[in-house]
Amino acid sequence: MIADLFILRQQYVGKVRFSHFDTHVQSSKKVLVATERNVFAALNTRTGELFWRHVDKTGSEGNIDALLQHGQDAVLVVGNGRLLRSWEINVGGLNWEVVLDSGSFQSACLVGQQDMVKHVAVLKKTAISVHYLSNGHQKWIENLPETETVDYQAVYSDGNGEVYVLGVVPHSHIAIVVYSMEDGEIIKQMSVEAPWLYNIQASCVVVGQGMLTCVDSAGVSFYMLDLHLQLQMTQVPLQSLALEVDPGFHPVLLSHQPNPARQPLSEFFLQLGPDHYQLLQLNNGQIAAMRDFKPALLVSFATTGEKTVAAVMSPKNKTVSKCEIERSLPSRPVVNLFSAETGRRLLDTTLIVNMDPNGGKPEKLYVQAFLKKDDSVGYRAMVQTEDHTLTFIQQPGRVMWTREEALSDVVTMEMVDLPLTGTQAELEGEFGKKADGLMSMVMKRLSSQLILLQAWIGHLWKLFYDARKPRSQVKNDVTIENLSRDEFNLQKMMVMVTASGKLFGIDSKTGGILWRHYLHNVPPNAAFKLMVQRTTAHFPHPPQCTLLIKDKDTGLGTLHVFNPIFGKKSHVTPPALPQPILQSLMLPLMDQDYAKVLLLVDDQYKVSAFPSTKNVLQQLQEMAASIFFYLVDSSQGRLSGYRLRTDLSTEQIWEVIIPPEVQKIVSVKGKRPNEHVHSQGRVMGDRSVLYKYLNPNLLAVVTESTDLHQERSFIGILLIDGVTGRIIHEAIQRKARGPVHVVHSENWVVYEYWSTKSRRNEFSVIELYEGMELYNSTVFSSLDRPHAPQVLQQSYIFPSSISTMEATLTEKGITSRHLLIGLPSGGILSLPKMFLDPRRPEIVSEQSREENLIPYAPELLIRTEWFINYNQTVSRVRGIYTAPSGLESTCLVVAYGLDIYQTRVYPSKQFDVLKDDYDYMLISSVLFALFFATMISKRLAEVKLLNRAWR
Amino acid sequence: MARLPTFNVAVVSTVLFIACTDFVCCNNGRRVGDNLETEFSGFSVPLEHSFEVDDVAKFRVRGALVLKAGREPSVSLSQNQLSEDDRTKLKEVAAVDGLYRIRVPRVFLQADRQTERQMEGYLTAFVRACAMVESHLSDVISLHTDVSGYLIGVSIVTLPGACRGTEVEDEVDLEVFNTTLSIMAPVNAPGPETALFLERMEQESEKKGKNPQEQKSFFAKYWYLILGGAIFLMVSNSAQPPAGGGREQS
Repeated sequence: MIADLFILRQQYVGKVRFSHFDTHVQSSKKVLVATERNVFAALNTRTGELFWRHVDKTGSEGNIDALLQHGQDAVLVVGNGRLLRSWEINVGGLNWEVVLDSGSFQSACLVGQQDMVKHVAVLKKTAISVHYLSNGHQKWIENLPETETVDYQAVYSDGNGEVYVLGVVPHSHIAIVVYSMEDGEIIKQMSVEAPWLYNIQASCVVVGQGMLTCVDSAGVSFYMLDLHLQLQMTQVPLQSLALEVDPGFHPVLLSHQPNPARQPLSEFFLQLGPDHYQLLQLNNGQIAAMRDFKPALLVSFATTGEKTVAAVMSPKNKTVSKCEIERSLPSRPVVNLFSAETGRRLLDTTLIVNMDPNGGKPEKLYVQAFLKKDDSVGYRAMVQTEDHTLTFIQQPGRVMWTREEALSDVVTMEMVDLPLTGTQAELEGEFGKKADGLMSMVMKRLSSQLILLQAWIGHLWKLFYDARKPRSQVKNDVTIENLSRDEFNLQKMMVMVTASGKLFGIDSKTGGILWRHYLHNVPPNAAFKLMVQRTTAHFPHPPQCTLLIKDKDTGLGTLHVFNPIFGKKSHVTPPALPQPILQSLMLPLMDQDYAKVLLLVDDQYKVSAFPSTKNVLQQLQEMAASIFFYLVDSSQGRLSGYRLRTDLSTEQIWEVIIPPEVQKIVSVKGKRPNEHVHSQGRVMGDRSVLYKYLNPNLLAVVTESTDLHQERSFIGILLIDGVTGRIIHEAIQRKARGPVHVVHSENWVVYEYWSTKSRRNEFSVIELYEGMELYNSTVFSSLDRPHAPQVLQQSYIFPSSISTMEATLTEKGITSRHLLIGLPSGGILSLPKMFLDPRRPEIVSEQSREENLIPYAPELLIRTEWFINYNQTVSRVRGIYTAPSGLESTCLVVAYGLDIYQTRVYPSKQFDVLKDDYDYMLISSVLFALFFATMISKRLAEVKLLNRAWR
Repeated sequence: MARLPTFNVAVVSTVLFIACTDFVCCNNGRRVGDNLETEFSGFSVPLEHSFEVDDVAKFRVRGALVLKAGREPSVSLSQNQLSEDDRTKLKEVAAVDGLYRIRVPRVFLQADRQTERQMEGYLTAFVRACAMVESHLSDVISLHTDVSGYLIGVSIVTLPGACRGTEVEDEVDLEVFNTTLSIMAPVNAPGPETALFLERMEQESEKKGKNPQEQKSFFAKYWYLILGGAIFLMVSNSAQPPAGGGREQS
């Protein structure tokens, strides 16, 4: 099937929270990751592809609390200690799953005995339970003593048949309970004074022969406690080791326990500052400093066989002063291995980390160590950066793969046309330039023709050259240099904005990431709005996109202006926005450089324009009286309309207030500005025309009742003209509840809701018609439409809940429309709008048949052939983006969520494309044959006529 | 005119939903304040308007809206004539393409006491002043309430709505408002029509059941044709040797 060629699916996992390399087989090429997006997956370390992936519920219910790995088993604690699961890591199958007793999760660890790891211990707020690794059965569960006062935080075991539970009474003492592994009996219980301690996890580790080692938050001293003897804490001032913590920095300890059945290493790291680490060793109860690492970005331990190494990532240029590191990202850090026992640097273990200059700082370092043939330690490193990128690097610096996990959380996107090729652009440029004399014009024409000829010959040569090569070798990799628009504009640049603040430019044909740009100072709860200010149509001006980043709390915004094809930041300086931004709108006005004008309304109702050249301001003054905009304040239920004045101040002209005590506004949807409607009306069965009410300023406002009782809850739909504030239609759907998904296009609004009465999902469609005659057929003006439109509405039952909904969009709007519905099951359904038509008749008549109306049926069926992604599940669809292509029949679709899925849909089939199996040979040979036949018969007829004339 | 019957059904149902809408036309020119609260069981709120050359809103009383609460809320309007000054001002505003604004206070129709009815703030709407002038003050004002009886919006349009730049010579045309007033509550959106559909399905299946022709098997229906065909074949086979006879039979 040809459609398969245009399908593109990329699967992501999200920002990595826990990661383990599969070490039980030396040659294994698996790395396990558990992520913040509640995904547990295994990645191929050679290619970065997914071996398998398990997507859990969103939110805290599927939150992965802990990942422990032993041999072929990976044990996960999920949903704040609700579930304990064991996965077989080779194929990703579930070994077992047990539901744990309620209680908030604190910590978990594997418990070994006599070098065998057979149990896992889970510590909750009030109880500790131990389960068998083989089947998940509970071995024993014990309530913890004194849970009212003691906050138990950590569990530790080193293979001697005892489990240590460590709790703390903040700023008072540490409580230690020792359980017997056999039956859960308390062997020992005691408390040790520790008035400086409030969080064990943050400031303590167990080192060496069961020595609990802590560092106080002020960074003054070490405190050590032997868990086996438990006498009292010995205090070792850091100064005695000649260590000094950076002012204001909370020191962190890092230890390593390679095997849960053995004791941890006696070597450990102490982080003294943001870029300062110290390797220390505990020897006979004495701490000794082994090696100082400064500057060092990240450290990590790794074990292979019996050898344990410490990997340290440091910026390459060691003379760089400290403050400079903090400011600018060192572009090429290096990783070195050090022997954990001696602290000596291992030879030939330097690995250069080639960082993307447009990326973020490294955040975590995971090291996979292995023994080489000569028994020396080799390693590969997986680096996670703050822009959620995973990079897997081999010595001496070869990047094996990169995963852009930021793409698992795409917030908004746009598709931008690719630029013309050089030759096309040359031609465009010729016509674009100002005419200066006959002679130079002729020369210009000749030169551009020459360039065209040259390009054509080059193309022919390439064809000839490629034809001799076997087909598999002919690669047409898309790089940023050879990007150009194809014949039907089917290939576009997808500009994606992710929640982490990283922007991507992805080629829609191959799915390759052509550029990436990390915005460093994006607030964590930012709202993004991406706008295309200048398309690629205005050569030689580069295309221009503007991203408005708004802090949701303060409302303060910043603008990032960039070129969507190359991802480069534009040299145009965006205006500083000192005031919170209420609304931003793109005007169809353009400045002299063909950039559309962006208006920003601040909380003082003052308007600023970008770009704000003299030309723009002049145009704005002329147009001011016809520029209207609206603001929505959903907390007060206020919708208000404003008009621009010539001095760029605004005046309020209408106001609608929906009391928030009764219902709250949940969404306001306008129409897409690039939407075309081809036909003004619908031809009815008797050949008369029913004209559509095509108000481009119409807003669909959806409200939900504050009363959530299932008998009294309702959702409201208001259709309001955005210019005059006139309420065109007001309807309520009783006994209904959100979440409501709305699509608003042409003359219709489709919304989906949950019916509390019938306990099912329902679709409803509203269509607006002007009637049998148009009021003013030439132009639509909101100010001059006195008659209210006819409103038709019909509802249907839908057999599934939905996660998102969007309508297809084509170049000229001739093609019939479909609704693209993202289902929670991972399917994307293309539902013809024909089925959502309020004129569907309940009783079939001759005329309705003439009009091709489908008889009304209350249920919308999901037909399997409507799934546009076939068997390729798209997890957690969050949004669907549609864009027109150069072919009227074709609409480009991108679904994004955890995965990204890109395809094309043909709502009315490919009526403007010849079939693949179209027989060119037959048609042309018939044509030629006919042509020659006429020639010959003409000749014959002539001869015959001549002969007859002679007779 | 023969419209689609199905279409009629849809329109009728829509009309039924807005049956609670009550149209009141008023053009009585009574003085405001004569009988604001006494005459009806309803209550009165001012309808204010503003039209200024410099477009800074300065609202003055245009009339009084008398609202009647209840299951089917109704509204009536008594309003003043435009004074001489106002007429000239309105024409001036129309000449500079200014706005004619109206506003009503937010009210809660279902409350019992007057104090509970009034709420803070106003609902505003506008038309172009020139449209007001050219339509000779014929406007259509609708008040929209929400499901619980709060007034949520007001809208005004003029009939005709266009500004063609025609001069209004006669001053008399601008004296009296010719207002069509309505108050609209939200309509109930229809749910899926399962009952009707099931009824229709039943009817169809009954129809099928009644028609015995449908129930018969293939052989029961066409036994005579098959029999006839068989006889014909047999006859034609047996009648082959005598050449003429067979032909005549067919």
